[in-house]
This record gives sequence, structure tokens and C-alpha cells, in this order.
Amino acid sequence: MSATLQPLDVTAIRRDFPLLSRVLNGKPVVYLDSAVSGQMPLCAIERMAKYERDEHTNVHRGVSTLSQQATDSYEAAREKVRRFLGAASVREIVWTRGTTEAINLVAQTFGRGVVQAGDEILVSAMEHHANIVPWQMLTQEKGATLKVIPITDDGELILESLDELITERTKLLAVTHVSNVLGTVNPIKEIIARAHAKGVPVLVDGAQAVPHLKVDVQDLDADFYAFSGHKLSGPTGIGALYGKLAHLEAMPPWHGGGNMIRSVTWEKTTYMAAPGKFEAGTPPIAAAIGLGAALDYLTNLGLDRIAAQEHDLLVYATERLERIPGLHILGKARDKASVISFVVEGIHPHDMGSLLDGEGVVIRAGHHCAQPLMARYNVPATTRASFAYFNTREDIDVLVSAVEKAIELFK
Amino acid sequence: MTDPRELYQQVILEHNKKPRNFGKLDPCTHHAEGHNPLCGDQLELSLVIENGVVADIKFQGSGCAIDVASASLMTGIVKGKAVAEAEAMIEQFRGMVRGELDPATQAPLLGRLTLFSGVKDLPSRVKCAILPWATLHAALKGEEEASTE
Repeated sequence: MSATLQPLDVTAIRRDFPLLSRVLNGKPVVYLDSAVSGQMPLCAIERMAKYERDEHTNVHRGVSTLSQQATDSYEAAREKVRRFLGAASVREIVWTRGTTEAINLVAQTFGRGVVQAGDEILVSAMEHHANIVPWQMLTQEKGATLKVIPITDDGELILESLDELITERTKLLAVTHVSNVLGTVNPIKEIIARAHAKGVPVLVDGAQAVPHLKVDVQDLDADFYAFSGHKLSGPTGIGALYGKLAHLEAMPPWHGGGNMIRSVTWEKTTYMAAPGKFEAGTPPIAAAIGLGAALDYLTNLGLDRIAAQEHDLLVYATERLERIPGLHILGKARDKASVISFVVEGIHPHDMGSLLDGEGVVIRAGHHCAQPLMARYNVPATTRASFAYFNTREDIDVLVSAVEKAIELFK
Repeated sequence: MTDPRELYQQVILEHNKKPRNFGKLDPCTHHAEGHNPLCGDQLELSLVIENGVVADIKFQGSGCAIDVASASLMTGIVKGKAVAEAEAMIEQFRGMVRGELDPATQAPLLGRLTLFSGVKDLPSRVKCAILPWATLHAALKGEEEASTE
């Protein structure tokens, strides 16, 4: 991180998040669960409310001024996503309900088109179920094989295995940019280059990456990049798929219905060009506009300053947690986002979760929708704290003392 | 809302650390496996039932303290009881942790197991406490699998 960066004014930032001043179970909320869902700043909440209050109607419908204004706001949000991801064209941004739907869209259109019996799809050992199950469904349907890039104990992909794992039967590599459990930031640009060298397209699950680091899909040369709005200080129910235009144009539509057609007769239906052909039905308009407002908020804070603040929290929390006897951190990659999974000897993560909850500390305890990764580390679950730009070192102090209190109770 | 620490009383912590009746009966007359898909808790129960009485019962598996202590205390209390009485206990335990039965007046068979009544204030943990009982219910009915879903 550059030493010349002006640090964020976290005290001022915290006033933008009403939930942070709530009291839960008699304790002030310490929100360390942004990997589950990021908190929305007031400006995004108010922008959504304004749409519902003053502007509510449908988009892409008819000639009314109201509908045109809604369409303009909705499409302006798409342009904000384009800019945020560094895509070349707004036509490369498909609205989805989130990362999961985006990956399923690619599996069911692009995937179904290119995967035949005997082919292979490659994923990694640290994927979220959202980047496993759609590919499992597809490979099972086609009689194809799902192969897995292994990881080291520290939680880094074993890239040397790529040469062997990518074969002439590999039709797609689907890999996460940042692990939701281990926090590992994968060297996506290098992975993509190596896959492309063998003619294999790459889908990147960016759900946990976009909140923490600047993404440029053109620089990465990603074929597909998926993310969710709610991990990015936006609302739930909205996300996006970036796809290279050539791919999107070649792909068949997925869901059929209104909005995605050019003309319908009993004999034949013709479809909109991308991205329209992937967007059947009325979209979550307020959510899209709210996500646009959230992106403005993050851009205004500065992604590099956000990254610097989160990195400071990661280093501080790692150092403090590591000093607790019996506590083990899972995931010690050299390049990590501000996510820490840990287990404590003799205390099940769900007990830890309940006891931290009682102290007002909001964390996630569970398998994090990554059961194969839990099996890889031979744990049923972990406790995971994740830090955002509005968190402070004091939040981490509360976490540490709550963990110590739980350990004392279980002694 | 109860402080979760109130639930983690000494009895529960102690049974978690040193579970009673841990292991597997071989041979057994009744057997079932239970799992809680949400949190991954897994439990295997084996029983020997003779003349309508639970002559012996053991459990094994992995789970949180609530789950393990519930299994440990459950196996202790049903051992030596008639199957019909064990069934009635299952109903009382389920009703109690779901907050439908008053532990003071409506769960007379449970004895000190009423200490689990606080689970009702931690909705996400109710399934942990119930899992051993749901598995027992399955075993008594001759089903091989129980799930809290």
C-alpha cells in the first residue's frame, strides 16, 4: 500500500451506517460479517427509497416520461457497473440476481453449448458451492468430468498442477478470485493467461473480490466475471455477470419471457441482442439503482483507501488472534483479503458463534457454503470474521476479548 | 433475549467434554443416523431393546456442545426406560426447546434435562439440541435416517 494515501475517516464513515449504532442482546453491534453481506450506506438506502416513493414504475415500457426516467436511472446503474469492472462496453454487463444466478446462466447457456460427453470443466478446491454445483449439474447431464485444482495447507492454489489438469478436453476453468473462507487472493491474471494459452476460457467468481480490490476485467482478460451487489455495500437480489461481448453474442438466451424478445409470433421468436436477451421479466429496478448508488459511494471513498484500511485490520486481527492459545487460523496465503477463518480447540464453531453473538459480535459460524473445502481441512465448520472499511481496531479488540471469554467458559 | 452463556451451564459443558454412553453397540437391535444439514452435526445411535425396554444405548458422532451434551444426557435418561416412555420424553423435549411446553409444569419426564429449555431463545441452535432426540425417534420407529430439516 502506498504510504501517501490519505487514510479513511472511519468515524465519519460509520455515521453512514445506521445498523452500526444498534444494540443487540444488550451489547453494541460489532459487525464483522461483511463477507456474508456488506452493510449499505444511507445514500444507497435513500436512493432506493426515492425510486420507490417518487419514481416507481417499470423499465423499458412504453412512452411515459416516468418509465423513461426509470429506464434512464436503471441503465445509468449498468454503466456504473461497467466502469467499476473496467468493461469495454455496457453491452457486456448482464443484470442477474447475484453471483449464483450469473454462474448458472453461464453454465446453462455457454456451458451447455460447449461441453460434450468426455469433456472436462476445471474448478478449484476453494470454491463456494455456487461455483461447484452448477458445474456438477452440467457435467452430470453431459457425461463430462469435473476436475479440481488442489490447494496447499496455507490455502494457495497449486498452480504447477495446471499444466497437467488443463487438457485438450477442458472446456472451461471456473475459479474464485478471492476465497470466501480462506481470504486467499488468487493470481487470477496469471491463471487466465495460462488457461488462454491452452485455449480454455475462464469464469471468475468475483463475489468476495470486488469489495476489497480494484478489478479490471480487460486487464485480467476474464471471459466471464460474476459478482453480487450485496457483498458490495449494495442491496440483495441484484448482481451482474460480465461477459466478453463475443461470448454473450454467441450464447443462446436462458430464461424466456418479456423484455428479452425482439418479436414474437406463433411461428418464431427473435431475441434482443446482449445483454437484453438474458434479462427476461421485470428486473429488481430499485436494487439496481441502489447498487449504482453504492458503487458511487465506494468510488468516492476510493478503493485503494478501502483496501489500505482493510489490510490494516487484517494484519492487526491476525496478529491478535494468533496469540490466543488453541486458536488456529485457516488460510495463510501471502496475498489475503480481510477475511479470517479460525477454529479453537475444544470449542465447536457454532458454540463460538452463539457466544460471540451474545457479546454483540456478528460473525459467521458454519461451513460457508464450501463443504468440500471444510473436508479438505478436516473441520466441520469454522468461525469467520470479515472486516470492511467501516470497521476499527476497537472492533477487533471486542472480538478478541469475546473469543477469550468463550475459551475461559469452556475450560 | 437470554445471554447464551446462561445456556452453557456447567452440566452441558461437562457432558460435552466427557460424553456418557459414547460409542457403538454391536450387535444392536435398533440403529439410526441423524444429521443436521445446516451445520453438519452428525450422530449415530445404537440401541438394544429387550421386552419393550431400552436395555442399552450408545451414541457417536461430532457436533457442537449443545448437540453432544443433549445426546449424552438423553442416552443417560432413556436407558432402562420403556420404549413408550422414551417416546413421551422425545415429545416433551421437542415441545420444550421449541418453547411450546413450560419446562416447569409440562415436561415432568425430563428431570434435570429441563436445563435445555434456554435453547428456545437461540432459534438457530434448537436443531442442535433436537438432533439426538430426532435420531432416537427414527431408531425407535425402525428408520435408518433422521434429519432436522
